[in-house]
Amino acid sequence: MIRLDNLTKVFDTPKGAVTAADHISMEVPAGEICILLGPSGCGKTTTLKMINRIVRPTSGKVFIDGEDTSALDTQELRRNLGYVIQQIGLFPNMTIEENITAVPRLLGWDKDRYKRRARELMDMIALDADAFLKRYPSELSGGQQQRIGVARALAADPPVMLMDEPFGAIDPINRAVIQDEFLKMQQELKKTIMFVSHDIDEAIKMGNRIAIFREGKLVQYSPPDDLLAAPRNAFVESFLGEDRALKRLNLVKVRELASDEIGVVRPEDTLATALERIEGFGYQNAILMINDKRQPVGIIHRSVARTTSGYCRDHFQSVPTVVSLDDDLRKVASLMFAYDMTWMPCVDDEGRVCGQITQRAITHHLGSRYRATQSSGPGDDTGTPTPSAAEE
Amino acid sequence: MELIQYALDNLGLLLDRTIEHIALVGVAVGLATLTGVPIGIAITKNERLAKAVLYVASIIVTIPSIALFGIMIPILSIIGHGIGYVPAVIAVLLYSQLPIIRNTYTAINNVDPALREAARGIGMSQNQRLRQVEIPLAIPIIMAGVRTAVVLNIGVMAIAAYIGAGGLGTFISRGISQSDPRQLIVGAVAVSLLAIIVDYSLLALQKRLTPRGMERAATTA
Repeated sequence: MIRLDNLTKVFDTPKGAVTAADHISMEVPAGEICILLGPSGCGKTTTLKMINRIVRPTSGKVFIDGEDTSALDTQELRRNLGYVIQQIGLFPNMTIEENITAVPRLLGWDKDRYKRRARELMDMIALDADAFLKRYPSELSGGQQQRIGVARALAADPPVMLMDEPFGAIDPINRAVIQDEFLKMQQELKKTIMFVSHDIDEAIKMGNRIAIFREGKLVQYSPPDDLLAAPRNAFVESFLGEDRALKRLNLVKVRELASDEIGVVRPEDTLATALERIEGFGYQNAILMINDKRQPVGIIHRSVARTTSGYCRDHFQSVPTVVSLDDDLRKVASLMFAYDMTWMPCVDDEGRVCGQITQRAITHHLGSRYRATQSSGPGDDTGTPTPSAAEE
Repeated sequence: MELIQYALDNLGLLLDRTIEHIALVGVAVGLATLTGVPIGIAITKNERLAKAVLYVASIIVTIPSIALFGIMIPILSIIGHGIGYVPAVIAVLLYSQLPIIRNTYTAINNVDPALREAARGIGMSQNQRLRQVEIPLAIPIIMAGVRTAVVLNIGVMAIAAYIGAGGLGTFISRGISQSDPRQLIVGAVAVSLLAIIVDYSLLALQKRLTPRGMERAATTA
């Protein structure tokens, strides 16, 4: 758990005092990722760096797991906080092994223990220990280097990680891969993480909570879905972008909106039955045909069912696509557009048809939060169950 | 032919003088490294002090060597070493400060700020950062400074023959006083060759001292 209590930084510059972070108070519950988001110069990085005293706070306090860190020795504090920076900062004069065991060695672990730990870490970040441990950072690609950077931060198993735009310097394709890997690791490790980003999509993907900063102030602190559905003010709204409703598609899984009412036919049904069900379930174009194992095997088009007689098994076409319960709505929406469909069959892990998701259900879900916030008025945060200490 | 004949005839003496020369420069630059590197590191903490120190070191280098020897004669006479080994070593020690201090200062100052932040961020103390990160990364540039000092001072030490310090300069000074071009030229060529050979040997040493993993940086330094 990380708690910031009125954390403030005032820089003295030739042009006068500049308040980089202004009475920031917030709390990140244990095991969650909190993204600090905002335009450059908004104080997000300063806030992060005050936690490990790379930047000394002018006033205010930082609590880690309830303990006031101002009593701790700076070096000791830092050794207990994993730290990942955008420039990675691997030491070029040290091997990969020396780099990732830097903190354990500072902590005085014995050789066997830190060597074993190095191998564990390499397994965790999915790099071959034998191939990489004895190499030097300059021999690795940017993506590999950043994985090592993360491993170095995790080496002494700190409860808290601070990450300053950790994936910012990696190309978009590798970045997505590393983000996924990191989220997978986090599911097991359950670190409490503060993560600076200027990329909204990254924030929505990675964050359990997002803190929006502007000019040194914390403007809004909410879970991503609440943030997108109920931006507190015009700044947050414009920062999130006009397509913010679409961004929410990333956050919702098919499982949440799928209805188990789906009309299907079996191969042995007649086309007349098919037409009846198409009408009955209100499908515009076609109905799904499944086999005995409830696997989707084809679709019967309305036009075929109306004009032809016979059995479904002789007149079906291939299934354009299905979605699984763990897919997000963004994928579903994209497939709907691509195949010109207003509904999609959903399948479970074994590939059995278990329901459908409709365009109507998606738009209704996205719209319901807007309607709720509009009726209670913008700026009202009742829909946000998080401690929000923003001062306006 | 005459020159080669002279050199061969006096090979023993030539070798003795060369060893003497190397010993003088080696001791002096060795001492200069022991003082210059810590000074160079220390002044990275204070920009104003750094400017002052580098300024003084630059001024020392502008003093002509023959004048410096002259100044030292009365001063060092007090402890009975007005001429000879001691003033020669002191002069070279002083001349070596600029390249060594300046390169150390630049090298430490130019360590990538991201590396410094990473080192601080994982909880290294100032000493640990210096020993484990900053100095290893600075070694190629510090060594380049030492090489500059050595090559520069192999030349300066030739003049120290005038205050009786010995070394290859004795061939040159005798060649002049005895109007003997053979001695003069053999001495001059020997000094030049020595400078070149020592420079290459130190370059090899520099490469060995450079941490693996940053060899690319070393070849450009």
